[in-house]
Amino acid sequence: MRSEKGIIGLKYLDKKDIEQLVETAFSMREISLRSVKKVPALRGKTVVNLFFESSTRTKTSFEIAAKRLSADVVNFSYSSSSISKGETTIDTAKNIESMNPALFIIRHASSGVMELLAKHLHTPIISAGDGTNEHPTQGLLDIMTILDEKKRIDGLKVVVAGDIYHSRVARSDIYGMGKLGAKVCFFSPPTLITDDFASLGATITYDATEAFTDADVIIMLRIQLERQGTGLFPSAREYSRIFGLNEQKLKRAKPDVIVMHPGPVNRGLELSSSVADNGAHSRIMKQVENGVSVRMSAIYHTIGEGHGYTDN
Amino acid sequence: MKNIIMDSTAIERVLKRIAHEIIERHTAVPISLIGIRTGGVFISKRLAGYIQSYEQIPVQTGTLDITLYRDDVALRSGRAIVKATEVNFKVDGASLILVDDVLFTGRTIRAAMDAVMDLGRPAVIQLAVLVDRGHRELPIKADYIGKNVPTAFDDEIKVVFKENGNNEDNVYFIKKGDEI
Amino acid sequence: MDILIINGLLIDPSQNMEQQGDLLIEDNTISGIVDQKSYSVNGDRARVKGHESKEFIVIDAKGRWVVPGLIDIHTHMRDPGYEYKEDIETGTKAAMAGGFTSICAMPNTKPINDNKSITQYMISKAKSFGHVHLFPIAAVSKGSEGSELSEIYDLVDAGAVAVSDDGMPVLSAGFLRKALLYVKPIGIPVVDHPEELSLSKSGYMNEGIASVKLGLNGIPQTAESIAVARDIMLAGETGSKLHLAHISTTFSIELVRWAKKMGIPVTCEATPHHFSLTDDAVDGYNTNAKVNPPLRSEQDRKALIEAIADGTVDCIVTDHAPHGYDEKEIEFDKALNGISGIETSLGLSLKLVHNGIIGKKRLIQLMSQRPAQIMNLKNKGTFKAGSDADVTIIDPGKTWTVDKTRFVSKGRNTPFHGMELKGRAIMTITGGTLHGNISS
Repeated sequence: MRSEKGIIGLKYLDKKDIEQLVETAFSMREISLRSVKKVPALRGKTVVNLFFESSTRTKTSFEIAAKRLSADVVNFSYSSSSISKGETTIDTAKNIESMNPALFIIRHASSGVMELLAKHLHTPIISAGDGTNEHPTQGLLDIMTILDEKKRIDGLKVVVAGDIYHSRVARSDIYGMGKLGAKVCFFSPPTLITDDFASLGATITYDATEAFTDADVIIMLRIQLERQGTGLFPSAREYSRIFGLNEQKLKRAKPDVIVMHPGPVNRGLELSSSVADNGAHSRIMKQVENGVSVRMSAIYHTIGEGHGYTDN
Repeated sequence: MKNIIMDSTAIERVLKRIAHEIIERHTAVPISLIGIRTGGVFISKRLAGYIQSYEQIPVQTGTLDITLYRDDVALRSGRAIVKATEVNFKVDGASLILVDDVLFTGRTIRAAMDAVMDLGRPAVIQLAVLVDRGHRELPIKADYIGKNVPTAFDDEIKVVFKENGNNEDNVYFIKKGDEI
Repeated sequence: MDILIINGLLIDPSQNMEQQGDLLIEDNTISGIVDQKSYSVNGDRARVKGHESKEFIVIDAKGRWVVPGLIDIHTHMRDPGYEYKEDIETGTKAAMAGGFTSICAMPNTKPINDNKSITQYMISKAKSFGHVHLFPIAAVSKGSEGSELSEIYDLVDAGAVAVSDDGMPVLSAGFLRKALLYVKPIGIPVVDHPEELSLSKSGYMNEGIASVKLGLNGIPQTAESIAVARDIMLAGETGSKLHLAHISTTFSIELVRWAKKMGIPVTCEATPHHFSLTDDAVDGYNTNAKVNPPLRSEQDRKALIEAIADGTVDCIVTDHAPHGYDEKEIEFDKALNGISGIETSLGLSLKLVHNGIIGKKRLIQLMSQRPAQIMNLKNKGTFKAGSDADVTIIDPGKTWTVDKTRFVSKGRNTPFHGMELKGRAIMTITGGTLHGNISS
């Protein structure tokens, strides 16, 4: 599911693959700091951003990443697609594939669509998120951001908090960080997780004190405001009070804890503004910066000349 | 057959000579050495050390990874791994000396020049190599050469360094079909 | 037609029969078992004492099982309206290939079978092909909308054997109660698909470890069990016959077990996919394993098998639900529920016998006798003298590989493709008419 078809889930990658992708991302970060932010590695290759679900920031991050590698980027999004005309996802992708792109970056609301498309396409795919399943490059950039700060993942207490049940970020995080030896703790209202999530290798808690105490890393997930009123939690107010992160709760974590969030942040809901803007702990902007490097690495590993994973 | 054509002593001797040549001919200050990964990096660091031991001239070194600039990666059987480029000084207007271990077709140097140009607009780029084995495919020549080694195209020149965990520095000459 | 089936193993749970013997069929009716000394065979024809005026076709069923025609009381023939998925010609032919001689067809056609003209259309179309007997199950509510009773007595007069809103929005307790009361005088069962929509509507597969790994929203087991409990209460109160479609959870089974102990008139069915597979079959987003109720856990599967063995489960049905290619080769959440199961049911059910979980008689009870009883199909599911000449002849040792490309059904949506099965029907006799080839 990896080298031939790109990167569609961290569940399919092994420890070495993940380490190499992140290591390359670190190497590539310098390119984004140059005055001329471009290397010729993917000159003449066309990368298609195929977004069946809107996401400006992820699409932009992938677009910048591809362009810094000199690829040509074409954006195709739901609003301008043929989906509204009744075309299937497979047909839409195959039509674009006929124009010989080198790579698809795909975002879709249905879990498992990458596996479906990988079966029907010969062009490699990098997932930009599918349904409630995986968001592999988010998982990688989270790992990179932690490594950046802590120089290791192994043995760290990483708290992932929020709507675990519907989160593709939580899944990619645990698939990736779990393989690198992190002790992942899911903290969630009981309505937004099930006991079966322990099978992914996480511990589960409903208690903020237990969750945040001695945490090395806290990843707050975005709570979908649309879920309010579906009975999964009573109100933004109560969610924030019990399951959100503020300065006071942050004190329970290790002094050098870092706080991350896949964005966009609902200020005052899952994360208080004072924590979000706390330069000593918040690494939210660093995640966005690292996102470009990770996506450059992912794209390069998938379609760069002599691409693949080396043995040394 | 495997043939050591330069040992630690010989390599030290020629690098010291190149250091002197650089001092003599390279008038820009500070002297900016940019090593091409991996061998060129070790050589550039050693050159910097020699230069500073002979003269009170400021020397700065940088590291270049040219994987993303290669035009021949697909032709190679190995798989490319990208390492960081680290040039922590201003390239604009600088007089640079690119440093590599072996000069062969010139494609690596072409890629290195592209990579350097993306970092800024240097005033001058010179080239220092430990071994020049000929067979250029591009109009490139070195300004400082440790040793000229006539080879057949299919032969291999392999350089190992103590910095890479070896006991000795050695330049090997390997005839086509031989194992090291 | 007059037929003499010789040398077979006759299995008829209605007479507690499992013996080598010869079965005589005369004038499309089972006439009974005949003694070897009472007939003489000449090639493929026989003369039988006491029936001297007739010549009987001889079928040599040596090494085969000869059983009352198999009956599948839960199928979807998709005709009228969805003929691209299946039509009555292909559907009944597929049923015949699966070893069935009678089927019941659910009403979720287009239009819904809530009036006698559609009921009559289905029966007469099936009759014109003669592959199997088709008994429609009519809609319990008009348009299967769950608000107004359909003209049930009229539908029964036209040939419907039960009522159900299977496959459509699920009945409210109040409506189901009314329906149970209304049908009581005519004694037909109401077939309910037990599902509490408020628990199931946002899910795509069984809630469990597999759904967590695949990132698919789950359907909790309680979505079914709660509806089963509710249905049992209503059957207990009304005293009307209630048949629970495709039960699949441990709790559902326990509830039925309790209901039967209490003497509540509840029957239930199990499908081969629920007792053969678990939610692990969904791995890789296999839409052919997407079905409603969803494939459950191993614990549920084992409980279901136990319930099949101990009599809690009354019958095995296929819930044959053929779909078009594009309805399955699509995003998992958008794929339609259902398995084209009518040609694999017997092979999968025979595994229970081969594995020593149930005996041969119990299997035939599950696939012929009890289905006939539940749907009040007179003179079916038995070899008693005077019953209909519906016979299935099974080669129990024949190993074959499920190949969806060779399905008779238009529906290729099976999770069993490539699976090796042992035993299949090689011949059926439906109303005295021979189908298949005894030597195949």
